[in-house]
Amino acid sequence: MNNAAILVIDDEVQIRRLLEITLENNQFIAQSAGTAREGLRLASSQPPDLIILDLDLPDDNGHNVLMKLREWYTKPVLILSVQSDEEDIINALDHGANDYLVKPFRSGELLARVRSALRGAAAEDVDPVVDAGDLQINLADRTVKLKGELIKLTATEYKLISLFARQEGKVLTHQYLLREIWGPGYINQSQYLRVFIAQLRKKIEKDPNRPTYILTDSGVGYRFMAKD
Amino acid sequence: MFRQLINSSKTIQILISTGSVVLLSATCYFLQHHLGYKVVAFILLLCISLLAALFDIIPVLLAATLSALIWNFFFIEPKYTFQISTAEDGFLFAMYFIIASINAVLTNRIRQVEKKAREEEEKARTVKLYNTLLNSLSHELKTPIAAIISASDNLMSPEASVNKANQEELATNISVAALRLNQQVENLLSMSRIESGFLRPRQDWVDVNELIYEVVHRLEQQLVNHTPVITIADNLPLYKMDYGLMEQVLYNLIYNASLYTPQHTDIIIRARNKAEKVYYLDPDTEIHSEMKSEINTLILTIEDQGPGFPPGETERVFEKFYRLEHVKKGGTGLGLSIVKGFVEAHKGKITLENIPHGARFTIEIPTEVSYINFLKNE
Repeated sequence: MNNAAILVIDDEVQIRRLLEITLENNQFIAQSAGTAREGLRLASSQPPDLIILDLDLPDDNGHNVLMKLREWYTKPVLILSVQSDEEDIINALDHGANDYLVKPFRSGELLARVRSALRGAAAEDVDPVVDAGDLQINLADRTVKLKGELIKLTATEYKLISLFARQEGKVLTHQYLLREIWGPGYINQSQYLRVFIAQLRKKIEKDPNRPTYILTDSGVGYRFMAKD
Repeated sequence: MFRQLINSSKTIQILISTGSVVLLSATCYFLQHHLGYKVVAFILLLCISLLAALFDIIPVLLAATLSALIWNFFFIEPKYTFQISTAEDGFLFAMYFIIASINAVLTNRIRQVEKKAREEEEKARTVKLYNTLLNSLSHELKTPIAAIISASDNLMSPEASVNKANQEELATNISVAALRLNQQVENLLSMSRIESGFLRPRQDWVDVNELIYEVVHRLEQQLVNHTPVITIADNLPLYKMDYGLMEQVLYNLIYNASLYTPQHTDIIIRARNKAEKVYYLDPDTEIHSEMKSEINTLILTIEDQGPGFPPGETERVFEKFYRLEHVKKGGTGLGLSIVKGFVEAHKGKITLENIPHGARFTIEIPTEVSYINFLKNE
């Protein structure tokens, strides 16, 4: 994962420099572009391992850039947004962005998201056993163990946890989860999701009110964390 | 009604003023044997003075001219001509015209002066509010900026013998100041969202349990010296609300409680549902029968064990830039007005009351609920 090439597309020169410094200090190879055009050109001439894309660019809308990238680019794209406009973020996530960060963010957070996205991309075949401390999810046997003991999950609860386990660290939007589990007709039925998340937390979390595995991304979705 | 008259359009003003002159003259015409033409002049002058108090200068001058002509034509001998036979009547007529015009002009001038004074006063109030805002803002924004500038100057200075420990402290200073700055900017943005009038809650199903614990978890560091006590009613349904806005509402209230109450006290957060049944009135039998619908309201209360609010101030705390006197810590005075704005965006309401040994905020959000606690296909 180290020495992964990362392309930063952001129009603010200060942010660009700071991101480059942060990434280079952590053994990544960083390159940056200040416009959508320059970014797309760099991305196609030397495809990086991950792209950090600001949604607010001077010459094109970030969402357009994302769509143009997604026509051929399959590696992770991380979105930067200056405001916590949930609809904007959800829109980007549903159009192929892997994750998002709202400015201002901490460097630690940025690095964690970058690493998690790279990890997800590297794991072509998911290890059938996802080890998350006390929690073990065996995708081959379709079993979930907590502290070595099998726990009983309903069919939907299992579908939910296996979706999470396959995409550890990535934010999964409400719409995505509803579509994957109940089908496209259910994307507005978020009440089902709330109920099942609460049920699942009761079964796997030490304290369901202070979850450590299934985390809430306010207004956007949920994220499964295998380790702190 | 006066205000409506005053603000009516020029055409209406002209119609009313000429109309009243004509009407009054007609009345006087029939009573002229009892009144005499000199008294009629005084009655008409009175009418013009009243009109001058209400209307603009042009309709009043018009009415004054008209009344002078009418008086001359119908009342001064020889009648039904514009001729005046005696020097006394000629003098009276000239006096009438001058007094009526002066009346119109002077009253108008007084009203303009008054209007100007009112505008000045309004402006002074705005300026005062603006100054309060500027003072509070410049302090709240410039303090962290000053910290960032001075800390980074120190880090950059070539001759300074900044040791490792100092470096870390300076970097921490920058980080703390930046977060504080971010918080203030966040507040200002929220306030402008509310004031723009374009704030529309993004309604989605919210698990209140998750909402409350998530906020308390985010405030963990600020709550180290307080004990949050959370009581959520059993079987609380899901509510349709804007998660982000409600998160901010609870965050501000709980954070405020932690700032302004003594250490080692409790902050009590409660959530319950209030269901009001609406019965269907059968039009034939006029008997309330069959439940038609139910109105559900989420009731959230945040109670602290602090000194409470000064009596009479419980309404004012929600005002923009309002700060309690003798309060030590920072803040722009926007936190509670944002809370109120966000609650009202949900068509809800918030109240504050002093309770024995503390204060209690009560939020009521009337909204849709969902009671799916189990699903059939499982």
